[in-house]
Amino acid sequence: MNKSTSLKTKLLNSPYIVWSALFVIAPLIFVVYYSFTDIDGNFTFENVLSLTAYTDTIIRSVWFGVVSTIICLVIAYPIAYIMAHSKAASQRTMMIMVMLPMWMNFLIRTYCWMVLLQDTGIINTFLGKLGISPVHMINTPGAVILGMVYDFLPFMILPIYSVMTKLDPSIVEAAQDLGCNRFAVLRKCVIPLSMPGVISGITMVFVPSVSTFYISQKLGGGSFELIGDVIERLYLTPNQNNVGAALSMFLMILILICMAIMNKFSNSSEEGMVI
Amino acid sequence: MENNIIIDLKNISVAFGDNQVLKNLNLYIRDGEFITLLGPSGCGKTTTLRIIAGFTAPDEGQVYFEGKLINNVPPYKRHVNTVFQRYALFSHLNVYENVAFGLRNKRMKEKEIRETVKQMLELVNLKGFERRHINSLSGGQQQRVAIARALAVNPRVLLLDEPLGALDLKLRKDMQNELKNIQQRLGITFIYVTHDQEEALSMSDTIVVMNNGIIQQIGTPKDIYNEPKNAFVADFIGESNIVDGIMRDDFVVDFSGHRFDCLDKGFAKDEAVDVVVRPEDVDVVPLEKGMLKGTVTSVVFKGVHYEMIVDIGGFKWMIQSTDEQQEGDKIGLYIEPDAIHIMKKSEYSGMFGDYSSFSEEYDELSNAEEPEEADGEEG
Repeated sequence: MNKSTSLKTKLLNSPYIVWSALFVIAPLIFVVYYSFTDIDGNFTFENVLSLTAYTDTIIRSVWFGVVSTIICLVIAYPIAYIMAHSKAASQRTMMIMVMLPMWMNFLIRTYCWMVLLQDTGIINTFLGKLGISPVHMINTPGAVILGMVYDFLPFMILPIYSVMTKLDPSIVEAAQDLGCNRFAVLRKCVIPLSMPGVISGITMVFVPSVSTFYISQKLGGGSFELIGDVIERLYLTPNQNNVGAALSMFLMILILICMAIMNKFSNSSEEGMVI
Repeated sequence: MENNIIIDLKNISVAFGDNQVLKNLNLYIRDGEFITLLGPSGCGKTTTLRIIAGFTAPDEGQVYFEGKLINNVPPYKRHVNTVFQRYALFSHLNVYENVAFGLRNKRMKEKEIRETVKQMLELVNLKGFERRHINSLSGGQQQRVAIARALAVNPRVLLLDEPLGALDLKLRKDMQNELKNIQQRLGITFIYVTHDQEEALSMSDTIVVMNNGIIQQIGTPKDIYNEPKNAFVADFIGESNIVDGIMRDDFVVDFSGHRFDCLDKGFAKDEAVDVVVRPEDVDVVPLEKGMLKGTVTSVVFKGVHYEMIVDIGGFKWMIQSTDEQQEGDKIGLYIEPDAIHIMKKSEYSGMFGDYSSFSEEYDELSNAEEPEEADGEEG
């Protein structure tokens, strides 16, 4: 009985095992392999050591990632709270508003921001009509972070919203009953209980923010190269694939460390697991 | 009497959309009593409790606490605390912190908090559970934490919203006793909401029977059981045979084609009335000695007694007796004067008390617990 079930389970699992072996495990092994070999396939540490040249880029990527994650959290939390406490019909409408930008192609979204932010773009034209002198917005760190926040905000809103809708309203009433005013209810109950959503939102925004490319090229004018851009450039340059692989591996390790810290943090206060 | 009234509800009306949940409800609650709001789901009992707690604002009417109007006092400033139906414990905190939650909001000293939490956990028999996680507790233990948490802040009034609904029968009985003990020991007012008539009878000082947002009867368990005001109350509390009768004079009533002596008076001569006879108050006697004669149509063994449906002139009576009868037997029935209770005709006359469509399963279903008005609340 037990054996046949386990055989059945194995059979049912096999497509997924094959899939992940081919398209997840194997590429990872290749990345690691290329990281430690030169162009002729000889073992070397040179690729890894050469990453020191990208220290600025790495720091900038992490910094931009942290800033856009924090901005996303600050914007998303109240939205998620309001959504979760609205009537069912308005919840659906708000959900569509949040999702709508995601239905549009990522590149087009970024291009739209270019059109909006350019020195002669829509916003500055409008300001000019009002008699306000043009504001330089494109090609600034602010523009890059704006692009990231715009692109990744839904990934922060959705997990927080989903945790909040599951909160039993009588928990909030119990807190009020035991002497909490509205602010204390939020601080002592709603926020701690929504932490699992916050943690997974942070992970879902931080990881793509750190590794994003293209946004910085278009909205930063190439002056704020991020890790993702460098990896793209290295892979497009002949003979540089191995350095690109090393940088990819470094980025992966960086993200793993960040996630481990987040999970540790969430475990100490929560029993809800993330990811 | 007047001065020990702790909560006074005056002319309370509430509607959720088109659904009128409470209709001009008036109720006062004495300090230190165990009062139960009893009724089927949707009768407005939970809404009444939520109005006292401050979670629901009445559309009309006043709520007084010790003579002071508290309509606009938010829940966190009221001297009442609630034990919620599904516990509503804080799953991000352990048992100790759950019980200490209200004390911390009062900015009590850490030493006093520790002392109080210890006392409370002892009170609910959860000594040594301080560090346990909420989700590792059984339903009964969670319920105890919820009670300890609410009692820790030393409320004047404890509101309990079907607190035992989720527990199994055995545990429920134990907790009933325990709650009653706690109430007597602390001497504070308990307002208890339930749809379980047996629970209400065994715990309460006063029972308030509600239906459709209207109070049907207020009284002690004995009053409610022995002197129900109308057919709804008679049917909802225990089993009742309710038949049409005519009051011939004081202490004389006609029903089922026979003249009976009874203990009721004060009705008009020849007034049409509802007559209640409890199944356990009917004596089964040999056919020739019976005041009424009928045919047994079904017999169910219940352990302590047999429950029979007896056809008397086309009307089905429920009779409980320790003597076994067979289906189809013709039996005589004898009813003592003190077993007969006369009620004035009401809107519920003719709706209850006939066992011709009786089935156990149907009875269970109609008593099944449903989440009350909560849905209508938000819109």
